[in-house]
This record gives sequence, structure tokens and C-alpha cells, in this order.
Amino acid sequence: MTVRVLLFASYADVLGAAAIDVDLPAGATVRELMASVRQRAGADRLPPAPLVAVNQRYASLDTRIAEHDEVAIIPPVAGG
Amino acid sequence: MHSAIVDRPLDPAALVAAVSSPACGAVVLFVGTVRATNDGRAVTGIEYSSYPAMAERELAAIVAETAAGVEGARIAVEHRVGTLALGEASVAIAVAHGHRAPAYEASRRVIEEIKRRVPVWKREHYADGTRAWVHAGTGAPAALEPVS
Repeated sequence: MTVRVLLFASYADVLGAAAIDVDLPAGATVRELMASVRQRAGADRLPPAPLVAVNQRYASLDTRIAEHDEVAIIPPVAGG
Repeated sequence: MHSAIVDRPLDPAALVAAVSSPACGAVVLFVGTVRATNDGRAVTGIEYSSYPAMAERELAAIVAETAAGVEGARIAVEHRVGTLALGEASVAIAVAHGHRAPAYEASRRVIEEIKRRVPVWKREHYADGTRAWVHAGTGAPAALEPVS
């Protein structure tokens, strides 16, 4: 399956895009997603364990991803 | 209750009006503004961006949780995105309550939770012409992760 991954702020800068498409086996987890993302140019500048949201909720490494889920890698927030 | 991510100047007085009620003896207004220095560097402005749908969702959840935790609190909050000049308001939180102590408590909870979990980012513009993303923390704490 192909999953669209949203990127923001500094992470969009280091990966050079506001979104990337990642090919994953069906039933893949956030852990597998991040392993794939790490193959991308610039991904070596991501921190060891970035936050990931699935369907706009903070997820864990074991959260499973389905094909049409909305996935995002979330930089350290800095609101206020 | 009211919460929103907006791309226009904030109107704190409107938020105060939205929560005020004859039943309330206290209204606390917190306004976060763009400061001229950060870590010793001269700042000329801040560019705020967000993950809009999730930021709205988290902000609404914070308001609901705070209202549930501080019984009787009436809360209105807005966070602005876009490029802000020095002194402009980036966040405004109005809380009304029958008494001042719970009003202050609820206001504090809302701003601390915003800083902890609402997906908003800021890039500071400096007097020397450079810009940099601000990473206020070291990443969100593990407590944000659901038990799974």
C-alpha cells in the first residue's frame, strides 16, 4: 500500500517536501513507516524518535497504519 | 466553549466577552505575544505554522479536558498562525469562573497543554536576516503516546 505522509516545519525542510508517499506492506506499523522514511535523502537529520500522528492523533511505534490513514511526522511543537 | 486556529489578528476582548457571564465573579485573560529577544538574539518577527486539522482537534480537546477538570470554567481560546510582528498576540485564552482561583488554574492548564501538544511551530526571524525554527522542547514526552 502507498501511504501519504505529511511533513511540517523543520521536517519538511530537511526532507524537501510537505508530503511524501511511502510504500509499505499491508498492516505495517509506525515503526516500519519510520524505517522506510529514514532511507530518504535528508532523513538522517531527523531525531532518533520523532512523534508520529495517525488520523490526527499521536501514535506509538506499534500503531498500525491502513492505506487511507492520514499520517504525519510531528516536529517538536512550539506554540504559544 | 470556543477554540480556533486563526490567520487573522486576535481580538482578546471578544474572547473575554464570549466567556463573561453574570454568574462569574472572575475573568482571567492570558495573551501570549511576540518577544523582541530569544536566547539573547534580536527577533524581528515570528512565522507560525500548524497542522491545521490536528491543531484544531488538540485545542478543542484541551478546552474540553480543562472544562471537565475545573468545574464551572468557561473557556475561549484562539491561536494565530502566519507572520507576526513584535508585540502581536499569538495566543489568547479567556477563562471565566465564579471565583478567581479556578479561573487562574484553568488558564494555566490551557496554555501549558497548548505548549505541550498542539501541533504549531514557529520560525523566528532575526535582526541579522537569518531565520530558524524554534524547538521549544526536546520532542513531546512519552506520555503523549497512547497505551497500546
